[in-house]
Amino acid sequence: MTTDNFEPKILAFCCKYCAYAAADLAGSMRLSYPSNVKVIQVPCTGRVDITYLLRAIEDGADGVYVAGCLEGECHFLAGNLRTKKRVKYVKKVLADLKIEPERVEMFNLSSAMGPRFAEIANEMTDRIKKLGPSPIKNNDQCKEVKHDCSR
Amino acid sequence: MSNDLKSGSNLEKVLRSGHFAFTGECGPPKGANIEHLKEKMHPLKGNVDAVNVTDNQTAVVRMSSWAASTIMVQEGIEPNFQMVCRDRNRLAMMSDILGVYVMGIRNMLCLSGDHQKFGNHPESKNVYDIDSLQLISLAKKMRDEGKFLNGEPIDVPPKIFIGAACNPFADPFEFRVYRLAKKIEAGADFVQTQCIYNMKKFREFMKMAVDMGLSEKCYILAGVTPLKSIGMAQYMAKMVPGMDVPNELIQRLKGAPKGKAAEEGIKIALEQIEEFKEMKGVSGVHLMAIEWEHRVPEIAERAGMLPRPKV
Amino acid sequence: MIVADEKSLPEILDMIKDCNHILVLGCKGCVTVCNVGGLKEVQILASALRIGRKKDGRIVKVDEEILERQCDPEYVAQIKDRVQNYDGVVSLACGVGPQFLSEAYPDQHFFPAVNTKFFGGAVAHGIWEERCAGCGNCIIHNFDGLCPIARCSKSLMNGPCGGSSNGKCEIDKEILCIWDSIVRKKMASGQLNDLLKVMPIKDWRTARDGGPRKRIKEDLTK
Repeated sequence: MTTDNFEPKILAFCCKYCAYAAADLAGSMRLSYPSNVKVIQVPCTGRVDITYLLRAIEDGADGVYVAGCLEGECHFLAGNLRTKKRVKYVKKVLADLKIEPERVEMFNLSSAMGPRFAEIANEMTDRIKKLGPSPIKNNDQCKEVKHDCSR
Repeated sequence: MSNDLKSGSNLEKVLRSGHFAFTGECGPPKGANIEHLKEKMHPLKGNVDAVNVTDNQTAVVRMSSWAASTIMVQEGIEPNFQMVCRDRNRLAMMSDILGVYVMGIRNMLCLSGDHQKFGNHPESKNVYDIDSLQLISLAKKMRDEGKFLNGEPIDVPPKIFIGAACNPFADPFEFRVYRLAKKIEAGADFVQTQCIYNMKKFREFMKMAVDMGLSEKCYILAGVTPLKSIGMAQYMAKMVPGMDVPNELIQRLKGAPKGKAAEEGIKIALEQIEEFKEMKGVSGVHLMAIEWEHRVPEIAERAGMLPRPKV
Repeated sequence: MIVADEKSLPEILDMIKDCNHILVLGCKGCVTVCNVGGLKEVQILASALRIGRKKDGRIVKVDEEILERQCDPEYVAQIKDRVQNYDGVVSLACGVGPQFLSEAYPDQHFFPAVNTKFFGGAVAHGIWEERCAGCGNCIIHNFDGLCPIARCSKSLMNGPCGGSSNGKCEIDKEILCIWDSIVRKKMASGQLNDLLKVMPIKDWRTARDGGPRKRIKEDLTK
């Protein structure tokens, strides 16, 4: 599936206390990271629901990740730990559907780690480029089931 | 204990006449190989008073214990038919008790049974309609009252010598002697214990049993299984729930000269038997020589158990 | 409550393989409390099914809804006007739900999306354990409030068996030997005598063994 000019669409849910601030820092440090990554600020990664991650995949994202505070440093105590488990759950859903679970990931960093933010964005973009486009096709590519099972 | 025999089995007569009883064990084959069964049971003939016939032990499917027991009767060996609560509801239990009695089986050991999760058909439904204590009381009711569980009279009640198992080493230790008392209250005529390795704990247990008068009401046979190897000892110690193999025993086997661990295991068993002969409240030994039936004559001889009394 | 567990996605996808338009129907009863069939789980399952089908290039339209309870004809009736619009309905209720639905709408296909496991409760967040076997004749007062029928692997009335080890059951070191707990509780309260009599043989007619059961409360019947 890999194509040379494949530019993945990646969604990043970033906690405002750490990853989002780190993105700001990366910006002011003039560190570049791929434009493939679209950042969504959340008040805490604990706000990120399983359905957010699934809907992103469903609607065509090639990769999704959650970037929260270092473990033990959550401003709301355990938001990042809860979401770590949700990410694990979504990975299992994808695996059950024979979709690469690596398309979803959880990262932890602090607000001072601007370079790490850029590194994560690069890492995730490289990973998804290697995996190729999401196997989820757009609605217009899909067919309806021919057989009508209504009695 | 009244003077009339309850079943007239050889084991009952041996115990009643005050002899130190000696019972063995034989697991039916995994198949209908009758020759294999006979091969396994024959070393026991004349060397023990009765032979326990296990009932799908460790929840692994084998030839039925009643059929193997019946073959034993035909071969002139007295079986101690085992029945577990895992595989039968009360209807099957009562009909099997009638059936085995007709086939000449006179001893029955009542057990809960290993959970099927351990066995080779873990997918099966577990029955446990009644438990082992209730099975004892059921057998007693059939024999002494001549009635089925529902109170209906039995046309020719089965006269069975009722046995129970007892594990002094399972938890909680403090309750074990009380559970034995419950089994005796339910109607157990004799009890065979789990394999004993921790002699200190067993002495303690027997003291409690004697103090409670249990050995006056019921014959207690001490369970002995010779350790065949260091591996077996370690497996028993670690993997078998409710088994207590002290480290000193494992060390003693390890200390035996190369290739002599089995001989050391037999020596340990013989020492135990000597002690049981003198131990207050112990009426006999139950030798479970697992897949070692052919060594029973030798062990019986060396333990001074031969010849077996003719009663 | 009734505790259920998720069925695997491939299994559910196989059930709905011939459907173009389905309803994923949750229940606000027990399955909501045990986090397997509430609104959140309806959304997750609906999304996962859409993803699975899109991946195969065979789109499925999935509507999401939840009923107050699926074990009550009154609530089941609430989807009367639209249930015929679907090729199939995936129920996230316990085993009772899809049956009440099937009885109410005999022309519709209903698929179970959960495996109903036991009567129990949450011992910690996200962990549920069995407590009751529904035997129809409660005897737990004899055992200091602990049920050997539901909680002993062999349902022994006169335990513990010889496999009890360090307070755990012989079949699994993660399973409590409930008989160990019963005995220790009785010993601690000085009431060991309660356990010294042989408990009588149980009458299983009140349990499932007596056939499918029914309860009638006369003052409520019409």
